[in-house]
Amino acid sequence: MRIKVDPARCQGHNRCLDLARDLFVDDDFGYVTEVGDGSVPADEVRRAELAVLNCPEAAIELIAD
Amino acid sequence: MHERRELPENWASDFDLFDPAYVEDPYSDWVQMRAQCPVARSERYGGAVLPVRHEDIAQIAHDPATFSSRVLEATGPVPSPGRELKMPPITSDPPDHDEQRRLLLPLFTKPRIRALEGIARRRAAELIDAFGDRTVVDAADEFARHIPVTVIARMLGVPVQDEATFDRWVVMMLKEGPKEQAVRREAIRAITAYFSQLIAVQRESGQEDGGIVQALLTKRDTGPTLTDDDIVGMCLLVLVAGIDTTWSAIGSCLWHLATHPVDRRRLVDDPALLDTAIEELLRAYAPITIGRTATCPTSVGGVQMAAGDRVLLPFAAANRDPNAFDRADEVLIDREENRHLTFGLGIHRCIGSNLARMELKVALTEWLRRVPEFELAGERDVTWTGANVRGPEVLHLRFAAAALDGGDR
Ligand code: HEM
Ligand code: SF4
Repeated sequence: MRIKVDPARCQGHNRCLDLARDLFVDDDFGYVTEVGDGSVPADEVRRAELAVLNCPEAAIELIAD
Repeated sequence: MHERRELPENWASDFDLFDPAYVEDPYSDWVQMRAQCPVARSERYGGAVLPVRHEDIAQIAHDPATFSSRVLEATGPVPSPGRELKMPPITSDPPDHDEQRRLLLPLFTKPRIRALEGIARRRAAELIDAFGDRTVVDAADEFARHIPVTVIARMLGVPVQDEATFDRWVVMMLKEGPKEQAVRREAIRAITAYFSQLIAVQRESGQEDGGIVQALLTKRDTGPTLTDDDIVGMCLLVLVAGIDTTWSAIGSCLWHLATHPVDRRRLVDDPALLDTAIEELLRAYAPITIGRTATCPTSVGGVQMAAGDRVLLPFAAANRDPNAFDRADEVLIDREENRHLTFGLGIHRCIGSNLARMELKVALTEWLRRVPEFELAGERDVTWTGANVRGPEVLHLRFAAAALDGGDR
């Protein structure tokens, strides 16, 4: 599984940081991108899903490899 | 809660934001509006269009070209362009908005907010200590509102002794102001003068830890587009956007826990659930209704708007739309999927959301630790504010005296 944040949609709500701290990284303004290539370790999949389901802007996509 | 009323006659063309039944329980009215008049309008208080469906509210929030932010007040006359009260970035539209927003954003990131947690926690503990041996307190007046005032004063670099004055201005501007334009103007004048003076003092002293005012002054040295008026406007915004909103949210959470003992005991037993519960309480009791002004003739859900007409975004109505949320009108404190709009949507997304969440968590943690059992003190012991910000203005709670033991960890 991989996650991808759409920078055009992200408004920096930071819900993803609350729910899956290791998968996302914020810049100095609070806008967020996925860490590295966005791959989600097996034991982080539920967290990734929660981030997707709680992002107010629907900016995060979870992609099956 | 009381029986659902029928919507008053002509609500679709003459809704009243200050109708006492609407102020006390807008949620019931929205259920009926979704079925009968999902977009209402009214000429009262300066006139407005009121959509209550998630899709309409989200679409407007995402379309700043058609729906300008130049006037955010829910009530009062819509000033002509150029005559508005400017509080950048919240009253700005693209293209100015983004640069102004980026001036403030770095001051509100998670690490910045974490550094303020101790201040909030100490203040919360002090406030509970001050209950003494009383068993009935007004939790809105004696607890909820002081936490954000203290934190924001610190962030702005304002001396602590000015806190009480702040508090009064915020009440004047946002609680009394919507009904009394003169009171509102007076508050704005006072706040503006205060910040102009603070800017002058801080420019002189150039102290290191001068908070937001100092940070903006420093940025101005490198970014010449920032005027004194811009800085005053931003301070005003931080003050009004950061205080009243958060105290309303803390108060609504306490009201819910006072009236829902099962939820309360569950959180006392399982504090790890608090983060999830706070999101749900934020969803269910989203305090903010904010205005937009049409920039051109348009329509919302089939209701026509002329250029200059106001439309309101009641975010709690979007959060309770069954088309967007399962069991939308129920409060489920373990709800895991929660894409709520409480902090807005789109380019104006609340800059203070990390701060608000921190303050809410600190306030509720301290309260539940010290006062795990409490209830409404009597029949009419809560009054709600309306218009732009909904929350308990008065919230009398009763608890056992023994509950206050445990102040020392
Ligand atoms: C529970 C508490 C809070 C709620 C519910 C809330 C809600 C909102 C909402 C709905 C908006 C969007 C307004 C719009 O679309 O026009 C907003 C914007 C804003 N909020 Fe908050 N807010 C809260 C706390 C705070 C705090 C603590 C601060 C800190 C100072 C703050 C500062 C701001 C600012 C500066 C904006 C404007 C952002 C922009 O225009 O780009 N808010 N807030
Ligand atoms: S929750 Fe969504 S909008 Fe918020 S920071 Fe994460 S990706 Fe961006």
